[in-house]
Amino acid sequence: MLKQIEGSRAVAEAVALCRPEVICAYPISPQTHIVEALGEMVKAGTLAPCEFINVESEFAAMSVAIGASAAGARSYTATASQGLLFMAEAVFNAAGLGLPIVMTVANRAIGAPINIWNDHSDALALRDAGWIQLFAENNQEALDLHIQAFRLGEELSLPVMVCMDGFILTHAFERVDMPTQEQVDAYLPPYEPRQVLDPAEPVSIGAMVGPEAFMEVRYLAHAKQMEALKLIPAYAAEFKAIFGRDSGGLTHTYRCEDAETIVVAMGSVLGTIKDVVDEMRETGHKIGVLGITLFRPFPLEAVRAGLKGAKRVVVLEKSMAVGLGGILSTNVRMALSGLHMHGYTVIAGLGGRAITKQSLTKLFLEAEQDALEHVTFLDLDWAIVNKQLEREKAHRRSGPVAENLLRDIGVVAARNY
Amino acid sequence: MMDKPFAITLDPGSSLANRTGSWRTFRPVYVDRLPPCNAACPAGENIQGWLFHAESGEYEAAWRTLVEHNPLPAIMGRVCYHPCEGACNRQHLDAAVGINAVERFLGDEAIRRGWRFSSDAPPSGKRVLVIGSGPAGLSCAYHLRRLGHAVTIDEAAAQAGGMMRYGIPKYRLPRDILDAEIARLIDFGIELRLNRKVSDVLAAKAEGFDAVFLGVGAHIAKRAYIPAGDANKVLDAVSVLHGMEEAGPPLLGRRVVVYGGGNTALDVARTARRLGAEEAIIVYRRTREKMPAHDFEVEEALQEGITFKWLSTIKEAGEEDILIEKMALDEKGFPQPTGEFERIPADSVVLALGQEADLSLLQNVPGLSIEQGLVKVDATMMTGHAGIFAGGDMVGNERTVTVAVGHGKKAARAIDAWLKGESYVPAAKHELATFERLNTWYYSDAPKTVRPVLDIIRRQSTFDEVLGGLDEGNALFEARRCLSCGNCFECDNCYGVCPDNAVIKLGPGQRFRFNYDYCKGCGICAAECPCGAIKMVPEEI
Amino acid sequence: MSYQPIKFYQTGTFTVGNRLLPPEQRSVQAQQKRYNSLNSGHRACQGCGEALGARYAIDAAMEATNGRLICANATGCLEVFSTPYPETSWQVPWIHSLFGNTAAVATGIAAALKVKMQKGERRHIRVVAQGGDGGTTDIGFGCLSGMFERNDDVLFICYDNGGYMNTGIQRSSATPPAARTATTPAVGETPGNVFGQGKFVPAIALAHDIPYVATATVADLRDLEAKVRRAMELSGARYLHILVPCPLGWGFASHETIKMARLAKETGLFPVFEAEHGEITAVLPIRHPLPVEEYLKPQKRFAHLFAPRLRTDVLTRLQALADRNIQRYGLLEKP
Repeated sequence: MLKQIEGSRAVAEAVALCRPEVICAYPISPQTHIVEALGEMVKAGTLAPCEFINVESEFAAMSVAIGASAAGARSYTATASQGLLFMAEAVFNAAGLGLPIVMTVANRAIGAPINIWNDHSDALALRDAGWIQLFAENNQEALDLHIQAFRLGEELSLPVMVCMDGFILTHAFERVDMPTQEQVDAYLPPYEPRQVLDPAEPVSIGAMVGPEAFMEVRYLAHAKQMEALKLIPAYAAEFKAIFGRDSGGLTHTYRCEDAETIVVAMGSVLGTIKDVVDEMRETGHKIGVLGITLFRPFPLEAVRAGLKGAKRVVVLEKSMAVGLGGILSTNVRMALSGLHMHGYTVIAGLGGRAITKQSLTKLFLEAEQDALEHVTFLDLDWAIVNKQLEREKAHRRSGPVAENLLRDIGVVAARNY
Repeated sequence: MMDKPFAITLDPGSSLANRTGSWRTFRPVYVDRLPPCNAACPAGENIQGWLFHAESGEYEAAWRTLVEHNPLPAIMGRVCYHPCEGACNRQHLDAAVGINAVERFLGDEAIRRGWRFSSDAPPSGKRVLVIGSGPAGLSCAYHLRRLGHAVTIDEAAAQAGGMMRYGIPKYRLPRDILDAEIARLIDFGIELRLNRKVSDVLAAKAEGFDAVFLGVGAHIAKRAYIPAGDANKVLDAVSVLHGMEEAGPPLLGRRVVVYGGGNTALDVARTARRLGAEEAIIVYRRTREKMPAHDFEVEEALQEGITFKWLSTIKEAGEEDILIEKMALDEKGFPQPTGEFERIPADSVVLALGQEADLSLLQNVPGLSIEQGLVKVDATMMTGHAGIFAGGDMVGNERTVTVAVGHGKKAARAIDAWLKGESYVPAAKHELATFERLNTWYYSDAPKTVRPVLDIIRRQSTFDEVLGGLDEGNALFEARRCLSCGNCFECDNCYGVCPDNAVIKLGPGQRFRFNYDYCKGCGICAAECPCGAIKMVPEEI
Repeated sequence: MSYQPIKFYQTGTFTVGNRLLPPEQRSVQAQQKRYNSLNSGHRACQGCGEALGARYAIDAAMEATNGRLICANATGCLEVFSTPYPETSWQVPWIHSLFGNTAAVATGIAAALKVKMQKGERRHIRVVAQGGDGGTTDIGFGCLSGMFERNDDVLFICYDNGGYMNTGIQRSSATPPAARTATTPAVGETPGNVFGQGKFVPAIALAHDIPYVATATVADLRDLEAKVRRAMELSGARYLHILVPCPLGWGFASHETIKMARLAKETGLFPVFEAEHGEITAVLPIRHPLPVEEYLKPQKRFAHLFAPRLRTDVLTRLQALADRNIQRYGLLEKP
């Protein structure tokens, strides 16, 4: 059924169609609308039986989900940014215990400085927590990925993070095709846990494992993730058979045939990039796009296959490895091992900075000329940056950076330092 | 079956593969220590053992455990001076367990219910002659019979019981009780021949007996020379008390003086009061503290109106009065004459100065020796003449019913060994269960039940029993005050307090076993055992 | 066998069992075939109070729920000594997640079970969360308070041994004043742990007005079992705080574990009480009152109070703490 609704609402309704049994909620922007909507459904009784628990922290949210999942319940929570980091210990733990929790991360920057707007720093900070990480390009995909996430996680006994760009998707009213309960039920069987806390068959879950077996445990977690690389395309195909649309999968290529330059990106920015690519194609530029839907496990083969015909790759990412460059680009590089091509890392859109078509067009044209630095910070205000760098060179105690910058751009009233 | 993740999820209770017993440097072991009551009992009763059964209301089992050592519980529950209670560890908590009262309850219960003795021992074909039917003789006969021997008791008097009948007043030992316990022994298959005074022990033995036990007691009163006028009555305690049973109450007059400081003196004085004497005065040459009589008997006598002349000796007995001399204790505590005299009115004087045994039947027994009026016996109660054993008042100066019963038991066991050509070696005694061995935290606070004491008026005028017995309720309560010193009473503490579940509970009456596969040797079980029945011993490497 | 209807017993209910007691008064620990929820072969130190307390409590909970129980366990001694791969000592369904989230994990389990019961997929199963004092009063306190406040159907049991023993005896907010730990060494002018305002979590639990709050020690088994039983009769958030002496951390001989718990209670330093819906309903009175020195002196963690010089000043302050407990909870009143 087609609906014009907010992304958060769409995700909430999709999650509800998956018949979750325990939902834990702790408010943090920009995921709040999702759990608010689910809470209302549980309270109203339209989503039942289901326990909706208002916890006292994100750490508790993930912990409640751990307990619920271990007791055999389909469990869901949502968070973002600081919240994800606050629950980090439990995030790793859920994966280590192999509990198929599904969590929406409404991607948002990490402070300090505190910032509520979108980038991918939060999810990518926990890329090695052992979770499967899916990135939605638009609200339809966000909705669909949640349905697939439960199927995938429960089959593998692994937790799944569905990442959607905060505000850009969560708060955008878009038209989505909301599946019916029958469709979802046909696609998603009831949760049959691999292991469960049950007095009829008592087990001890969460043993202490020493050096004699820890490596093996870790390898097995890796091997299990690698299985997802096979399952995800199969589940996407099955999804298409029931729901009638392409959604999910490992990667998506766009106009990559004969492309000499391929732009790699994740999330909603792919839409903007595709627009730019369309325009450039019209003027004869051989440029295409590779969108990454699955970040963990990282689909090395699919990425390599998608990129191997190109002369250069531009990885545009909303995340950053401070002191190195990009996170996504580092991962992409691994897929290109042995292939001779130019690779460019572009850090863009941090903390909600707008990524404009104009800037992208300029960027891609420069890339075609191989005129880019290896690491480029899109639309960085060099004047401000250089001024602060000079200030710091001159005075060791030059004041708080964020405030200095804001003062330089005139947002904060000037004070004397 | 679940699809359990490797290493992270484990099967229940799999730690049994980890034998933590290897950590141990000390190991706990269950021990039985000797309870102080048992240690103090002259009859060698397993007091803790029979109290254990009484605690659960299994009185017959308790009685049967009791009579493994002593066939006279109803008597003993009345006349024993219960050194057990003096040794009882409970006195350090509140008051000693009323062992004697529970024993009497069990004895009375046995009479009331008609419980009989039994023995599994096959007949040995041996015959033993027991001379004297006092406590030593009866005890010896009983234990011999339990061991399968044929026993005949020869008693000089017309009735059985010895000093229990002819020395202990009825108000302390009702005769129906005495008769009932003797009858049970006869019923057990012991032959009793009354009015048979043995004058030659070797001749008697030659009548087909394989061994002889002498238990003739000490029936001859010791006398002191007191100048007396013809009209004055000077009697002795033995004949007064004997007369109560046979010839009839002696005529003592209104004012009776008893001379002596032992329990017998008190028995006579209290008997005189009951016979109607207005005054019964005990004259003793030393102080109350030095009196050999038991303090509780002195107390009872005082309650009954008996008066005492301490530090006094009788110099002469006149027709209507006696002359006494005041004494003073010297620095060594011995009484010395002071030269001060006093006359007190008296219709009769009863001498209670101790007794001696009539040993005339032992003349010409080769090897048998007598010293200071006592027959010499070895550690197995055998006299210098092989096959002739002796016990009771005739072998020692500690002359109580309980001691005599103990002698009889010991002699019986020695006779049994001797008859088999073996020598009797008593079982090794366990280490004493001292108060320090106990963890008294676990015992409830429960003071001793006071036995009902007969109304004072009735005590002064009748020979009804002074001390009442316990009923079932308070006997049970009293039994349950037992701390079970040194002997497991299955409180489950060791089983419960082990952090390693290394104690196996074997079920009711079966106690416990340590599982050394897992016992780490922490010692909590030993520390928290209320009764000190667990010992930590170094692990051998 | 019939049982005598008589009031007094040789040992009353002070011992673990008593063959003379009627069955309903017998302790769970006295049963010949008891649950042994925490089985032999665990790697706790000799004389471990926590191993004992955990078996006491979980066996009692198993008895009360007829074996329909799931446990969540915080990181700590109990977790480490009971479940090192490849062996577990637990015979109950059990999960260890993290140090600080046990109450929340238990909430999740309870929520899952509630839904599963509504769906008819499972029968009634109860949930116990357990941890040491670190996992309860410090790092786990946020989740614990949240669980209380929501009144989730969980019994949380804290095994209080007064410090982080698993990591090498560091101070926790449950460490008593003046006690020496690795992070409050017995040096300087004020050796040992500080005299703070104290953090007595049972009292904080009380302030949540939850259905049930109780304290207990491993020295009073019947009391402990009765409290677990009562806790399992109620639903909603319940809290049981059990004092479990640690031979290693406190510095006493391994056989003195129960004695130490007894002394803590008898001196008044550890008040034993129970409360329902925020109101104290019963206390376990002191049987034989003792000065605090009786409890402190056998423990090496307090040795600096007695040598090289007697710290009467500190002992006076500790006695005052005990006296305040005695007065506040009425520990000397006869029941």
